[in-house]
Amino acid sequence: MNYITSDLKVVGSRPIRPDGVEKVTGRAQFGADMRMAGMLWGKVLRSPHAHARILSIDTSKAEKLPGVKAVVTSKDLPHIANEEAFVGEGPMNFRDLSRNCLAWDKALYEGHAVAAVAATSQSIADAAIELIDVKYDVLPHSIDVEDAMADDAAVLHEDLFTAGVEPKPAKPSNIAKVVTFRKGDAEAGFKDADVVVEGRYTTKAVHQAYIEPHACLCSYNADGQVMIYSSSQGHFMVRAYCSKLLGIDLANIRAVPLEIGGGFGGKTLVYLEPVAIALSKKAGRPVKMQMTRDEVFRASGPTSGATVEVKLGAKKDGSIVAAKQVLKYQAGAFPGSPIGPGCMCGFAMYDIPNVDVVGYDVVSNRPKVAAYRAPGAPISSWAVECAMDDLARKLGKDPIELREQNGARNGTKTHYGPTHQNIGFLETLKAAKNHPHWKAPLKPGQGRGIACGFWFNIGGESSAGCHIAEDGTVVATSGNPDIGGSRASIGMMVAEVLGVPAERVRTIIPDTSSIGFSFLTGGSRVTFATGMAATQAAERVVEDLKRRAAQIWEIPVEAVEWKDGKAYPAGSNAGAFEPLDLATLALKAGRTGGPIGAEVSVNAQGAGPGFGAHICDVEVDHETGAVKILRYTAIQDVGKAIHPSYVEGQIQGGATQGIGWALNEEYIYDAKGKMDNSGFLDYRVPVASDVPMIEAVMVEVPNPRHPFGARGVGEVPIIPPMAAVGNAICGATGVRMHDLPMSPPKVRAALDAAAPAMAAE
Amino acid sequence: MAKHHVSAVINGEPTEFLCETQQTMLDVLRDELGLTGSKEGCASGDCGACSVIVDGSLVCSCLMLGCEAEGTTITTIEGIAQGDHLHPVQQKFLEHAALQCGFCTPGLIVASKALLDENPNPTEEEARYWLAGNLCRCTGYDKVIRAVMDAAAVMRGEKAA
Amino acid sequence: MPSLNYAAPTTVDEAVKLLAGASGLAKVLSGGTDLLVQLRSGRMRPDLIVDTKKIPGISGVSGSASAGFTIGAATPGAVLEAHEALKKAWPGVVEAMDLIGSTQIQGRASLAGNLCNASPAADSVPALFAAAAVAVIVGPNGKREVPVEQVPTAPGRTSLAKGEFILEFKLPPRPAHSGDAYLRFIPRTEMDIAVVGCGINVTLDANGTCTAARVAVGAVAPTVLLVDAAAKALIGHKLDDATLKALDAAAQAACKPINDKRGTIEYRTKVAGVLARRVAAIAFDRALGKAGATTH
Repeated sequence: MNYITSDLKVVGSRPIRPDGVEKVTGRAQFGADMRMAGMLWGKVLRSPHAHARILSIDTSKAEKLPGVKAVVTSKDLPHIANEEAFVGEGPMNFRDLSRNCLAWDKALYEGHAVAAVAATSQSIADAAIELIDVKYDVLPHSIDVEDAMADDAAVLHEDLFTAGVEPKPAKPSNIAKVVTFRKGDAEAGFKDADVVVEGRYTTKAVHQAYIEPHACLCSYNADGQVMIYSSSQGHFMVRAYCSKLLGIDLANIRAVPLEIGGGFGGKTLVYLEPVAIALSKKAGRPVKMQMTRDEVFRASGPTSGATVEVKLGAKKDGSIVAAKQVLKYQAGAFPGSPIGPGCMCGFAMYDIPNVDVVGYDVVSNRPKVAAYRAPGAPISSWAVECAMDDLARKLGKDPIELREQNGARNGTKTHYGPTHQNIGFLETLKAAKNHPHWKAPLKPGQGRGIACGFWFNIGGESSAGCHIAEDGTVVATSGNPDIGGSRASIGMMVAEVLGVPAERVRTIIPDTSSIGFSFLTGGSRVTFATGMAATQAAERVVEDLKRRAAQIWEIPVEAVEWKDGKAYPAGSNAGAFEPLDLATLALKAGRTGGPIGAEVSVNAQGAGPGFGAHICDVEVDHETGAVKILRYTAIQDVGKAIHPSYVEGQIQGGATQGIGWALNEEYIYDAKGKMDNSGFLDYRVPVASDVPMIEAVMVEVPNPRHPFGARGVGEVPIIPPMAAVGNAICGATGVRMHDLPMSPPKVRAALDAAAPAMAAE
Repeated sequence: MAKHHVSAVINGEPTEFLCETQQTMLDVLRDELGLTGSKEGCASGDCGACSVIVDGSLVCSCLMLGCEAEGTTITTIEGIAQGDHLHPVQQKFLEHAALQCGFCTPGLIVASKALLDENPNPTEEEARYWLAGNLCRCTGYDKVIRAVMDAAAVMRGEKAA
Repeated sequence: MPSLNYAAPTTVDEAVKLLAGASGLAKVLSGGTDLLVQLRSGRMRPDLIVDTKKIPGISGVSGSASAGFTIGAATPGAVLEAHEALKKAWPGVVEAMDLIGSTQIQGRASLAGNLCNASPAADSVPALFAAAAVAVIVGPNGKREVPVEQVPTAPGRTSLAKGEFILEFKLPPRPAHSGDAYLRFIPRTEMDIAVVGCGINVTLDANGTCTAARVAVGAVAPTVLLVDAAAKALIGHKLDDATLKALDAAAQAACKPINDKRGTIEYRTKVAGVLARRVAAIAFDRALGKAGATTH
């Protein structure tokens, strides 16, 4: 059923989330908060070298330390075959994941896990790893993508041959694959263009920087059954990865989702759980593991650093006739950067007849890339949206009008295949153009920039349930860890269908043994797919309630209607019966067929893509290069905001991460390939005084494939900010920045370099 | 060295605990006293998730040794509400949706309460600078600041709770 | 497993005995905002921690602008920030201390800790140098007074002998028409270590001509630098364009920075000049009694 045009009583309002009080009182249980009797404390020994052969690991001294109960290396995990995994977010290989959790024959990045211990206290575990003697043969390393691609770069994997190249290469390479997307004839298109802009843009690796480090508590019982308590973006994902990596049947693993302190894609895979299980198995006791902040930076996956070359060609009238991109993304130690989405998203917003995109997935000696909010797209759009700005200037066109002229609309065929349907890009641009921010006056030294973003959003497999308790109150169940307020939205959709206030529905997230399978929380899919399942579960319950009322009234079920939480006879012919509410029907459940509830599993199709447009004002201090964000407006097509506060929250949070990516966040490596800034002091995420209020404007072009019209919203907002800031800096100074982050020394250097030319003008 | 025996008043309760020298107050709260509301985000004083109030000062409990707590009075997130009566800061955080994952929330609430105890009428800028030591990665701070300003107005008696 | 001892002496003598008599590495603990980070990272592995906070007089502010202030070594920054008379006479010293870290850091961090941690980028140190503060040091050989600029000798090292620690700081009496100020450059708006820091203290005559000046620059050399040439560029002058230009050049010339994750040589040098100009303007305004001269 579809409620898009209905009068909604709950969906669209702003109730207090069901899990709110426990969070503001400190009672909510996150990954590191769990305790179990007999618990041991784990610690990982990590490689100090960026690239090295592991010659030997001697754990004997560590094993003898009083208090140490188990020591493991990769020998304690089964050696599994090369197999693609469709479990988490982004490309993954089970064998690579196993080697990432505990290194086999090579340490592939500084921080790569080599061994682990479990002991009776954290301080004993910390001391024990220092007693493990590892002999390394240090090899040359490469970090930046073009260094890793060079002919003389030290190869990470002797069995990695570049895919997507004909004929198949004979020599191994750090280029894992090449992908291409072509539409029309770009070369011809450029010849036909009146105006061409091009640029080479670079980005550094940035981390999701969730405030909660990875943490878990795992208990392996003597009968082979395993309990996992962890903070993750998908407890079914945790179960699946641990099952494969340890050779344990899925049903023997029960993964309990604790609250998660931020993920943003970085917790869509496992690092500690398989190791903790292996330690627990050896020690015969539960094992708790948590990463320090230093380990989070050194050993969990930031996103790619990249180089992107972009070229746009347009006619004098502003129509873009050709577009080209060459993208090179770091994958980290194992193949699997988000090169695919990077290739797809940059031009996806525009209707361009001739497109040529080539992407390279390149391994290098830094942690394996993990997903980070719209993986691949922010890097791609950084280049494209800056180039669009340059193109607008060269053509003398307003940047919004240039995008409107060339914007994708319903029926536009993308360069990567699918045709856009039911999209809201033009509506988003119109809202930007009409927003007071766009016309607000600027003072000297200030500049304004606009940039846009696109993300596909996904659907996929989800399970959700709706159960009426004996007193008529409602429990809703969701198969997805809540990283953005989804418990509130799912409860609201259930409440809407049942016709009860939001507060009557309590939404919880059961463990993997207590609810049907759900694909992980990512891809902006939960409100869409799990919301769909929850809506259907509530609808089944309503049908069941109507049947029970019909039974009680002894009338046909077609003569019963459900409204505002009650069963009514449909029309006076049906009979003059008093309405039956949930409480009454629940009381009579036993006599009308038994407990009242339904669980639904779906494979949701039709996820609606999202578009965003961000307007940013900056002020640049020419002497120091400091950039101050004065005003920020983020406009996005959200389909339907189920709980507007949490939708705004996604937009504001994603925009702020993008601002950090734009201005100050980066992985800094020393000459030995060791990370130099592995803490929040020098890995500089935005603090409260760095940003102004972020106005989130929600445009609602409903997605007809979702019962309430919702689209995924979480990922789009991180895509526009870098170019919005870069375009604003260009507006304020006349200088085009090409390299992220646009930190003060780089802005000052760019201003100094441009000064002679500017003086000459 | 043998463990230290420390006496302090925590959330209004006289409390005793044993700790090793190198255990921080955060370690003590979480691992010895079961008060896991204060969180470890960085263990280096850069994120504020471990914020507590010691003898009236807002501090990072990860930057204080457990043995330094001798004779002090400490308030943690668990002591902010009075029974089931939420503090206005907590209530406004809920109303404004000023939390998403909730991990930084205990630290932010303790820090916000400390702000309003010291300065009942902060400007937006003052609130942002006071809270600069509390990192949040989910919200972009917008709704957090709105919640704090709204709680301040309630506490000044300018509006109903 | 290394065993770490902890003691909280209640007198100076007791503290000196503990520090002087320690067989291994002994570290003084006041606010702990540097020491605990170093302990946790393994950078510092002491055998003994001596917590000085129970020593009478180790914390607190006494005195006056005219007689001179005495500041206990372990006084938290937040206490200095709340001291109206100190803030009025020495706004540069207070704002420099106030810039260190977050509100939470301010609740514990101290001038002595900041000075003795001896980071080249320490925020309070340029302002203390510019103020001509004196460190009162106690130790096995009794008490001695030392200009603060003689305390840090290299990154992480001080001139204090084994068994010595700072008891308090003395700020000199404040002549009329005096003003000090401190600015630092950081990439964000808060929470960063200074890329460059500059503290300037001036005394002017009734016409606004500088009669005395001290200029200190931080994060551009292994220790915070007292830049004589920059002071000389101010003395005898009003703060006009020529003076500012000379000051800028003198500040830049004194820089011997390194390239690191916080700044390049070129950038630090340029910004040292920029900050010197901006700080001087505020210090002069304060010395002239201009209301509203602030660094925010």
